[in-house]
Parts: sequence; structure tokens; C-alpha cells
Amino acid sequence: MTVVVESPNGVAWVGRYHERTDRGVLLHDVAIHDPTSADQTRDVWIQRLLKFGIRIDQKHVVVPDAEASRIVRLQEWKPSTS
Amino acid sequence: MPYHEMMVKPMREEVTRHGVTELRTVADVDAALGPGEGTALVFVNSVCGCAAGGARPALALALAHAVKPQQLYTVFAGQDLDATARARSYFADFQPSSPSVALLRDGEVMHFIHRHMIEGRAPQVVAADLVAAFDKYCSPQSAAKSE
Repeated sequence: MTVVVESPNGVAWVGRYHERTDRGVLLHDVAIHDPTSADQTRDVWIQRLLKFGIRIDQKHVVVPDAEASRIVRLQEWKPSTS
Repeated sequence: MPYHEMMVKPMREEVTRHGVTELRTVADVDAALGPGEGTALVFVNSVCGCAAGGARPALALALAHAVKPQQLYTVFAGQDLDATARARSYFADFQPSSPSVALLRDGEVMHFIHRHMIEGRAPQVVAADLVAAFDKYCSPQSAAKSE
């Protein structure tokens, strides 16, 4: 299942959910959006992923549990309203 | 590494039995998609259990619809590597995923269904998405509008 994992500091990961353990959330085939270096907003970035697919930045990622503040299926993701 | 052919044969046949032509070489792909005329569907088949198990029945349901693309093709990701890579070059703006479905008209991608749009959805829902695209882009009326 392809999910969006969001962190409190604004970083987002999109990838195939494998499992959640004490170490964190394990994702495969992951695209990463870091607002400190990205040239587009997270909403625009995810909308592009929805249309054109996932450009893989890392094959595997473990998102530390404390950073995984929200997990939602990519197909159910909605742009932020704020 | 490709799976043993005996394992994937039923997955190939689950698609080809509906009149979909399998493209297994680069030459096959270029001969089929190179001219870029009319409407063509390319189903990127896959062993992937979480999505392909729903994608193939969805395709079968959609192809029972009266309106459908003029040409129906499939490549098998992870098995026929060169043919799949070549097919993906015809819809290179879209990131590779499998299973996936591309609908082309005159060589242009009109509709694309990624794996993330198949996962967790019932075959009927994915089929409805395909049928809507067939009606929009493959009906005689839509062809007339684009002229």
C-alpha cells in the first residue's frame, strides 16, 4: 500500500508501507519532500506524484516513530487547508 | 531477477485471453507503438501480489465494455525487461510502476493508472476508472472531437 508519512517539521515521505515497529515506519521505494530544500510546496509535490507517479529517492527508509505524526494512503491524501 | 516462467504463465494468460497482445521484445513494442496512430492500451503486468491480483480482473471487466481502445497490448514488468523498458519509453513522463495502465491516442498519453491507484481498490472500481477513460478517449464521438 502506498502511503504518505508526514512529520511535525514538514518533511514528507511517500512510499510502499511495509511495517511499523519500535524503530519506526519502514517504507520501500520512497520519494522524499524536505521543505527546507524543495522548490515546490508539499501539496504541489504530492499532486505531481498522484499524476505522474513516484520518483524514487531511496529504496528503503525507516521513518523514526516520533517523526511519523500522520500516515495516510496516497489515494486518500487531501491538500492542506491552512 | 525474473520469476520462473511456469509461475507467471497463468498471469500472462489471465490478460491475453481477453484479446490483449503480449509484447515480449523491443521489436514487438516498436512495431506496435511506433506508428502512434489511433487508440492503444498498454497494460504493464506484474507479479506484485498487492495490486496485480486486482489489476488483471479489472482489465478483464473493463474490456467487456462496448467502447474500448483499438489496440490492446501488454508487457510483463520484471519478466520481459527490455520490452517493458521500451514500452515505458512511450510514456516516459510517467514514473514506472507495475501494475499500471497507459491509454494512448495518436501516441499521446490520455490516461494513466499507477499502481497506487490500484492498491486496495476493488477490481470493479478500477474497471470503472478504465471504462470512463475508454468512453472519454476511445468512442467515435471523442475521435471526431479531436479532429
